[in-house]
Amino acid sequence: MSTSAMPEKVGAITPVKSDAFGLRHYLICLKGIVLREGLRFLHQRERFISSLVRPLVWLFIFAAGFRQVLGVSIIPPYKTYVLYEVYITPGLCGMILLFSGMQSSLSMVYDREMGNMRILLVSPFPRWYLLVSKMLAGVSVSIAQVYAFLIVAWFWGVKAPPLGYLFVLPALFLSGMMLCALGMLLSSMIKQLENFAGIMNFVIFPGYFASPALYPLWRIQEASPLLYKLCLANPFTYAVELIRFAFYGQVAWVALGVVAGCTLLFLGGAIIAYDPSRGLITRKQGTGGNG
Amino acid sequence: MQSRACVLAILATGVMAGPASAYTAYVSNEKDNTMTVVDTATMQVVKTVDVGQRPRGITISHDGKFIYLCASDDNTIQIIDTTTLQVVGTLPSGDDPELFVLSPDGKTLYVANENDNLVTAIDVDSKQVKSEIPVGVEPEGMAVSPDGKTMVNTSETTSMAHFIDTESHEVTDNVLVDTRPRFAAFKPDGSQVWVSAEVGGTVSVIDNAKRQVVKRIKFAIPGLRTETIQPVGIAISADGKKAYVALGPANHVAVINTESYEVEKYILVGQRVWHLDFTPDQKTLITTNGNSNDITFIDTATEEPVQSVTVGQQPWGVVLSPK
Repeated sequence: MSTSAMPEKVGAITPVKSDAFGLRHYLICLKGIVLREGLRFLHQRERFISSLVRPLVWLFIFAAGFRQVLGVSIIPPYKTYVLYEVYITPGLCGMILLFSGMQSSLSMVYDREMGNMRILLVSPFPRWYLLVSKMLAGVSVSIAQVYAFLIVAWFWGVKAPPLGYLFVLPALFLSGMMLCALGMLLSSMIKQLENFAGIMNFVIFPGYFASPALYPLWRIQEASPLLYKLCLANPFTYAVELIRFAFYGQVAWVALGVVAGCTLLFLGGAIIAYDPSRGLITRKQGTGGNG
Repeated sequence: MQSRACVLAILATGVMAGPASAYTAYVSNEKDNTMTVVDTATMQVVKTVDVGQRPRGITISHDGKFIYLCASDDNTIQIIDTTTLQVVGTLPSGDDPELFVLSPDGKTLYVANENDNLVTAIDVDSKQVKSEIPVGVEPEGMAVSPDGKTMVNTSETTSMAHFIDTESHEVTDNVLVDTRPRFAAFKPDGSQVWVSAEVGGTVSVIDNAKRQVVKRIKFAIPGLRTETIQPVGIAISADGKKAYVALGPANHVAVINTESYEVEKYILVGQRVWHLDFTPDQKTLITTNGNSNDITFIDTATEEPVQSVTVGQQPWGVVLSPK
């Protein structure tokens, strides 16, 4: 594969105007990207199993051990006492979305290293549309994982109100979009696949633990006011609360606002970052980017 | 957008809310000397009334007009008018009344006097003591058979259920149960008496005809030490098919099939669940949770907790209005 010849070809194709495409073409493009992501996910059985095992380990082992540790206090949206398993389930849904979003960012780095990204980016469709399509593909896969997890949890006795499973869908979608957009933005900053460990340590773990996914915020506030403020500054906190309230047919308006705002912010950042003329990836050298 | 959210919210409330039956629940709060009045339809506190010191046992006249409340530290039973919620009289209970039971004809109140090792029978109309019956040490649990002929008292230290003839006021049988029996309840057909043992951690099922224990029911909740399982209050459904047992510091209510004696489910409620009572339509069960200062509404159809409502300090007993 010749890396030096490709940019010229890209340059040759870019003059095609995206206005010339109709809705049908856009949908074909979206379908192609979503199908590719779906097929990739289905073909990687280990990925599917590991994405399911991770939250289930938390649910079966961690939650069982901590059942008695969590203090009792009824906090909205709960109207009565809930088991720890029930409490952490929305957080675990958030965890699936978080890992999945980051995994799609990993795949962007991988695609760039392997040169696959060029095939995507040389497409005459606008860059923002390609990125959003890629995110929609990532979110669809994430949501499928969340529902697979919720089915297993249901058999484990962790049940939400029946309609909650429907209400939670938009919350999962929006939270998934936010986390995918964040992943996309981060992927533009990573030079190589090996750097993904940094994302794990600096984004996923702090994001996950500094949130109400595992323990209610009032508990965190009791333990450390500083940590509580950090949790409030963490967008993942709002994603978890949005999902938690949606399970009970309620809308957490503040969380909805923060998640929607962050989605737009991260998405805008990612679009700029992936813009070949001014984005961050133009500064990457020797990594197979199109700069 | 907002209207759509409202529709969704209304839809959600309609589907997710628990059974709505308009009854009144009266809760005795042991620590702050009050009684909380709760509307079961809205699941909200309507009023809190000051009563005597250390209110514990609570029951209601069959016509729903008067509440009888053990004011343990005042050594009296208070009569409260359910319309005005004012104390309108007292009954001579003897020392430290804790639990009592009203006879099916509504005329006699049988009271356990914990410190005197006595059961006192009080005529409700004349407000006079009819008789005092010596029983075991620290009498507590009280139950009367649906035909009104037999009364059962449990004594905590003696670990016995005493069967008393309500005509002669004599103890006819004593049945040994597990340690520290706290509560007794007859099945609606009168065939059995269920007695909970707080320290023993069991419920003994006594055949009323043979006066023998026919089954000892044990409890095990995953993740909980057995010492925390301390059965106290028992409520048996009107059809006699299910028994609900409050498990004290285990914070759960056990649902028992009365045919197979199997525990079918454990329902999570507040801390130190003490007593429980059904709404007259049997659709809702209300538990008092002493340490978390609240009561929990349980939907008996789904056997799921619906909502917990904060009441006074250390809620002890609960009784529902018959109408």
